[in-house]
Amino acid sequence: MIAADVIVKCLEEEGVTHVFGYPGVAICPFYNSILNSEIKTVLVRTEQNAAHAASGVARMTNRPGVCAVTSGPGATNIITGIATAFADSIPLVVLTGQVNSELLGSDVFQEADITGAVESFVKYSYLVRDAAEIPRIIKEAFYIANSGRKGPVLIDLPIDVQNTPVKSFKYPESVQLRTYKPTIRGNAVQIKKVVKELNRAKRPIICAGGGVLLAQADDELQAFVKKHRIPVVSTMMGIGVMPTEDPYYFGMVGNNGKPYANRAMNEADLIIMVGARVADRAISQPDLITRDKVLVHIDVDPAEIGKNAVSSIPLVGDADKVIEELMEQEIEGDYSDWVKTLTSYKDAYKPNKYGRKGYVDPAAFVKKLSLAMEEDAVYVADVGQNQIWSCANVQMRKGKFLTSGGMGTMGYSIPAAMGAKIAAPDRQVVAVCGDGSFQMSMMELATCNQHGVPAKIVVIRNGYLGMVREYQHYTYKDNYSVVSLDGSPDLAKLAAAYDFTYLKLAKDKDIDARIDAFLKAEGSVLMEVIVDPLDLVK
Amino acid sequence: MRKKVFQLLVDNNSGVLSRISGLFSRRGYNIESITAGVTADARYTRITICTSGDDEVLEQIEKQLAKLEDVRDIKELKPDESVYRELAMVKVKITPQERQTIVATTEIFRGNIIDVSPDCVIIEITGNQSKVDAFLRLLDGHEVLELARTGIAGLTRGAENVTYLP
Repeated sequence: MIAADVIVKCLEEEGVTHVFGYPGVAICPFYNSILNSEIKTVLVRTEQNAAHAASGVARMTNRPGVCAVTSGPGATNIITGIATAFADSIPLVVLTGQVNSELLGSDVFQEADITGAVESFVKYSYLVRDAAEIPRIIKEAFYIANSGRKGPVLIDLPIDVQNTPVKSFKYPESVQLRTYKPTIRGNAVQIKKVVKELNRAKRPIICAGGGVLLAQADDELQAFVKKHRIPVVSTMMGIGVMPTEDPYYFGMVGNNGKPYANRAMNEADLIIMVGARVADRAISQPDLITRDKVLVHIDVDPAEIGKNAVSSIPLVGDADKVIEELMEQEIEGDYSDWVKTLTSYKDAYKPNKYGRKGYVDPAAFVKKLSLAMEEDAVYVADVGQNQIWSCANVQMRKGKFLTSGGMGTMGYSIPAAMGAKIAAPDRQVVAVCGDGSFQMSMMELATCNQHGVPAKIVVIRNGYLGMVREYQHYTYKDNYSVVSLDGSPDLAKLAAAYDFTYLKLAKDKDIDARIDAFLKAEGSVLMEVIVDPLDLVK
Repeated sequence: MRKKVFQLLVDNNSGVLSRISGLFSRRGYNIESITAGVTADARYTRITICTSGDDEVLEQIEKQLAKLEDVRDIKELKPDESVYRELAMVKVKITPQERQTIVATTEIFRGNIIDVSPDCVIIEITGNQSKVDAFLRLLDGHEVLELARTGIAGLTRGAENVTYLP
């Protein structure tokens, strides 16, 4: 037995079913050992997508997704994927091969200081010097990645360490980390203060972020909201915490959110932020949510509380535990007038009219697509105008909405959807991207084919990097710079080349029929949706 | 393995210390101690690094450090041509009866007692590393509650070897 066998055994102990990656000499001992395991390997076509695919797995299973890539360029290529996971607090364990430890620091072939390079994008990283430490390190890595505020952990494995003969294998039963002890339960005194504020408040609002989903607290939140009839808004990462049509849900906040959601935040006298960072895209002026109102901030990461907005009642803890604790409290507030007011705002809202005649209305398309999808389907949105249209119009029921919210990494949707489908083969998974983001990840069509993963991909095509074009429209008075996607491939031919079914939706009247064909298609399918090249999200 | 002390003059930029320590971790060099402080000219910081390795590694350390854009000057502080100082503060648990012996030991080493509490004292001791080590050895038998060492700072002797930066 060598250390590489030990690594594989550790992954088995952690219940890992799939490893996404790209081999190279420096990770070859590991990829040789994994042949003797039930763990399946998935060869992505570029390393960044290994991290996105693992992110899809993590978000479906609530366990860290695992990737393994080689040293040097393999390792540096995956950094964007790691940073994407870090920004959205998605747990990953990333194994990187490394050159022989005796050669470290001498700039040999395919050497990169990857622990140094990912420093600011990981929760923790290890450079393994001694094969005997591998079981402890992997146990710790999975624990760190998936506890407290979740995130990626990287383990750098020099090839000689992987090849070290090992006599026996024993996986540690527990971790011993002296200083890392995330707070899980909420402080009872702070809980009482929240209850007091809820009793006093006339216009409370809960703003739920991705942390609620990461803590699997959406059921608890819905029960709490139902019991006390408190209105809820969400951030982009929080989409899916409540069904879109729930009478207490008032949409996504932020500069791309619903006006009535932002109005609810502005007019509230008590804001309960839970699992949300108060980041600029959701709350552009943090001082407005603290002025003349009480801000309760619930987060598992104490550093998030007070970072962007000073809260009146900080409450550190895991969202599901804290909401459970709040559930046990007596709360007397009656907010029915406030809910009525918000409902009237929502009813009065008239959505933007999108697109000129002769093109598909992206808002109508997203709405109909999400309603036609199965109730528990997974909608994976990419980045760009398509993301904003998706966020604004997706109709959530019991499904999941995955996107790259914090980092805004183009090309996320196809590999993430592939990972989600692998993790949950029985669920319907649809990736919705633009023609820019599609071309950042279209090489993964081959991966889907190779591993028998049926892909459902929508490409909303406008021939532009639409989000940037829109910015240039407003900021530079239509002086477009480097945003045209002229030269893009014929997607019908591309689909044929990859043996995907191809569908084209070019007119509003065909929306229902095409969506039906798209969702019913056997195997992998790519649908091109032609929208107005000059359409705007605002 | 040999010890070497390098003295660097670097631009007083944010991130410069991280670049230098990053070089050491990236290439697997040892740092025994590192001190940094602004010089008489506020545009520059003087960093003193005590490191160890075999001759080839030490040569590489010097060359790699010299290559960093922020590093304006690097020289080795050779023991016989330089003076080194390190400051250590030691918090020692003592009973009132032990106080006299501690005071006497401190005086021998020209240290200072800078704080006295009913059950402990804080001693400040300055000197080269071997002197600090010797003092700490003499404290054997007393319980050291806390120890803070600054690491080496040093200068070359004489006026010949001074680097002036424009």
